[in-house]
This record gives sequence, C-alpha cells and structure tokens, in this order.
Amino acid sequence: MKIVGTIIKRELGAYFASPVAYVFLVIFLLLTGFFTFTAGNFFERGEASLAAFFGWHPWIFLVVVPAIGMRLWAEERRSGTLELLFTMPIATWQAILGKFLASWLFIALALALTFPAVITVNVLGDPDNGIIVAGYLGSLFLAGSYLAITCMTSAMTRNQVVAFILAIVVCLFLILAGFTPVTDLLERWASPAFVDAVAAFSFITHFDGFQRGVIDSRDLVFFLSVIGFALVANGVILRGHRAG
Amino acid sequence: MIRIDNLVKTFGAKRAVDGISFTVERGEVLGFLGPNGAGKSTTMRMITGFIAPSAGTVTVGGFDVAQSPLEAKRLIGYLPENAAAYTDMTVHGFLDFAAEIRGLAGEARKRAVHAVAERCFLGSVLYQSIDTLSKGYRHRTCLAQALIHDPDVLIMDEPTDGLDPNQKHEVRNLIRELGRSKAIIFSTHILEEVDAACTRAIIIDRGRLVANGTPEELRAMSTLAGAVTLKAEGATAEDLAPLGRVEALGDAFRIYPADKAKAAELSRAVIDLVSRRSWKIHGLYSERGELDEVFRRITLPDTVKA
Repeated sequence: MKIVGTIIKRELGAYFASPVAYVFLVIFLLLTGFFTFTAGNFFERGEASLAAFFGWHPWIFLVVVPAIGMRLWAEERRSGTLELLFTMPIATWQAILGKFLASWLFIALALALTFPAVITVNVLGDPDNGIIVAGYLGSLFLAGSYLAITCMTSAMTRNQVVAFILAIVVCLFLILAGFTPVTDLLERWASPAFVDAVAAFSFITHFDGFQRGVIDSRDLVFFLSVIGFALVANGVILRGHRAG
Repeated sequence: MIRIDNLVKTFGAKRAVDGISFTVERGEVLGFLGPNGAGKSTTMRMITGFIAPSAGTVTVGGFDVAQSPLEAKRLIGYLPENAAAYTDMTVHGFLDFAAEIRGLAGEARKRAVHAVAERCFLGSVLYQSIDTLSKGYRHRTCLAQALIHDPDVLIMDEPTDGLDPNQKHEVRNLIRELGRSKAIIFSTHILEEVDAACTRAIIIDRGRLVANGTPEELRAMSTLAGAVTLKAEGATAEDLAPLGRVEALGDAFRIYPADKAKAAELSRAVIDLVSRRSWKIHGLYSERGELDEVFRRITLPDTVKA
C-alpha cells in the first residue's frame, strides 16, 4: 500500500506541476456554474434542491473526466517512462490503483470546490441536505467510473487525443443506454424487458437514485463493478504490451 | 548474479532474440555489443522484467525474473535507452520518488538522493525541472535513478549515448569503479568503451550470441592479431616472404603468421632477420588486433564477409 501512496503522490504532483490543473478546476467550476444557474434554470425552479446541479454532471464529466485521465498511461508510453516504472519493484496493480486514485482525488477536489452551490441553496431555502450528500456521493462514483474507463483507453494508445476520444465514445454509449429519449425510441420496437436490460447498463439509470437521495447498494455495486472491470481490463492491456 | 538461459523473444514471425545464454558474476563489467537491431535492447528489457520472454529464463541474484519479479527488480538498477524521466518533475523530486519506490525513507533517503546527485554531477541542477535540462544532464539524472538504491546489478542501455567526450569519460570511469562490487551489463556500439570499461564482452547479431570473451580474446580473433609490422631501410618483400604472408603498406611491410598460436615466434624471427641483415629499423610493431575488424567480420551478413 505504501507504493500506491508514493504513486498517488507523484501523480498528484504531476497535475499541479503545471498550470493545467488549475485551468481544469476553473473550467469545471465555470461549466457546472453555467449549467446549473443558467441552462438549468436554478432560480426559476423555485425549489431548494441541487437537482439542476447534479442533473448536468453526467454530461459535464463526459468531457472533463477523460481530459483529466487521458495522460495517465498514454503519456508514460509516449515518453518511455513506462519502461522505468515497470522495471522498478512495483506490481502492475499498484501502479494502476495509484494512478486511478490520484486522478479520482483530483476530481474529488474539483467536486469539493463546488461547495458554494450548497451554501447558496441553504441560504435561499431549506433543502434536504441528505439528498445533497447522496448526490455528491453519486457524482463521485459516476466520475470514478468515467475515470476508470479513461484509464483503460489511455493504456491502449500512446496518443492522448485518441485515449480522450475513445473514453468519450465508451462513456457516451453507457450514458445513452439509459437516456430517456433513447429508451423511448427503443421501446417502439423492442420488448420492455430488453429495454430494461439495456438501461441497466447505463450510468443514468444508476445515477438517478443518488439524485433522489437514495443510496441503493445495487447502484453502488454497479459503479464499483464498472470501475473494477475497467481497471482489470487496464491491467490486461498493459500486460499485453509487455508480453509483446 | 545474472544468469540468462536460452532466452528467446519473438515478435510475430521475427525472432528478435534467438536462444541467448550467458552469465555475469559480481565484479564483472560485461560489454554488450551488436549492430542496431541485433536484439540488445530487447534482451535488456527481458533481464529487467519489462517485457516477458517468449522462452528461456533470466535469473537475477537467484530470483527468476518471471516468477518473482519484485524480488529480482529490487536488486537491479536500470538505465533504459533514451534515458526516459518524468519531465514534469525536478531532478530532486524525481530522485526522491525513485528512492521512495525503492523503500528508502527519512534520513537514509535524503542521504541517498544527495550522494547519488553528487556522484552524477547533478548538484547544480538539483531543483531544476527535468524538461529544462540538456540531454547530458537528463541522461545523468536517469543514471542517478538507477544507482539510488546501490543495486547489486546494474543494467545500462547505451549509457554514454548523447554525452560529450568529457562526460563519456566520466561515465566510463564510473562504470569501471562500480564494476568492482557489482555485476554490470552495458550495451554500446562504441568499441573503445569495451577497452575502457569492460572485463568481458559479448557480441550478438540477429538475435544470436556470436562471441563471448575478454577484450583480449576478442581481439585475438582479428586476422590482424599476431601480425608484425616492420619499417626498415633495406628490407624487401622477398627477404621477408619465408616468414609468412607479406603485405606492403607504403614503405613498411606487414607479415602475417602462418599459425596464430606461433605469433610470438614470428616477431622473434623478424627481429633475428633484421639484426642478421643489419637493417636500420624505423619501426617494429606486434599487432594486437582490432576490435572493430572482429566486430565487422562476425556481424556482417555472410555474403559481405568474403
């Protein structure tokens, strides 16, 4: 575990060594601010909740999370440091976990910086803060799932842009599987059981519960399975390169 | 310390490394020679556990690299080709990271970082970001990383590549000094380095091991080895012909021994002849042989060899 900690420290350091981290934080906050208060009609809703805030997260994360995670492996492969990393006494899973957790912590920091939204609703009204906590938890797991998928696509290529686009495509697919307009379309020609089965693989379906303040173990299991699966696939891809 | 047994690596249909075996003991500096694409880097990547062999085994300090990679990797310091380093870090940050991964902590880590920075002449750039460094400094930063845990085994892929002549000299001295207490393998295609730093050299070509010996032994494989070059007033090719095959080099002659094992007798015979005929000598050398001739002869495709 100590090695994982060392890798987390290095990766977080890498984010803050350049202005990129700060730019990301600012862009993320501007995007959430804009979508919540302007596009999300926060004030016109007249309700003391952050539904307008959390509702946009699957879409904002779709762009922001792959941008944060795309360099994780692609950059190591491009610059040749992957060889350095894997000739040090580090197990593959330690490197994968360290990199994933470092980026997840970075995203958690970005989420934590949205606290003014929480203050705003509390000043203006009397929201159910339990629902807000559940919403944040859901957002964190949602971002973690996107991130794990980005880790996986980043290991596939030495080009960060390719990793970014692949991650967006996979995540978009997993969002759309449960997006209402898509499920409505599917229902016209497929059996309801099939539509439900497809929607069960969607981030949206499982994220909805958190937004309503319900922390369902099935939703947690879903997100954790996505993370677990993507990180295991990440390991398989890395091993594939090294077996050459 | 390092035992390589029948190592094979195939990439598709190509056998990049084709059944190489050798051993390196503590106190040895092994020069790893071969033309570009011969399989040097691939072999080193298998020794350090970065890529898995298709067949064969690598054992480092008694640990099989495929079975117990972490134990083996702890014993190894590795300088990869192109000397990759995390360019977003400072030299100090990078060395500190390497030391932490190697399990050094607290005072010991601080000492190790400073000792190795001093040894690799990095003191003046210690707090500079690696991407601002020149190639020579970057190279030495990566070398410092390989030395930070004072490893028993040191693997270096072209350690003097891209360095200026002074830096090359420093690195060779460093390798020779470290070689007294460690098992070292380094690859190069600069043949003087074999003389400057190695106790033994192997040559590989197209994935196969084609020569293995001390620099002297390799040099003795040269056609030139044992020949005597004579520059003397009055000497003619006819006079020298009975001693062996004679080659004229301007106003000097080179006599090749008929039998390499009797090279010592040849030089004695030449000296005898010179004193009997009272020729005035301008120069008389016994040739040791040239490594690059040996290298070219055994690594060129057979058609060119003739």
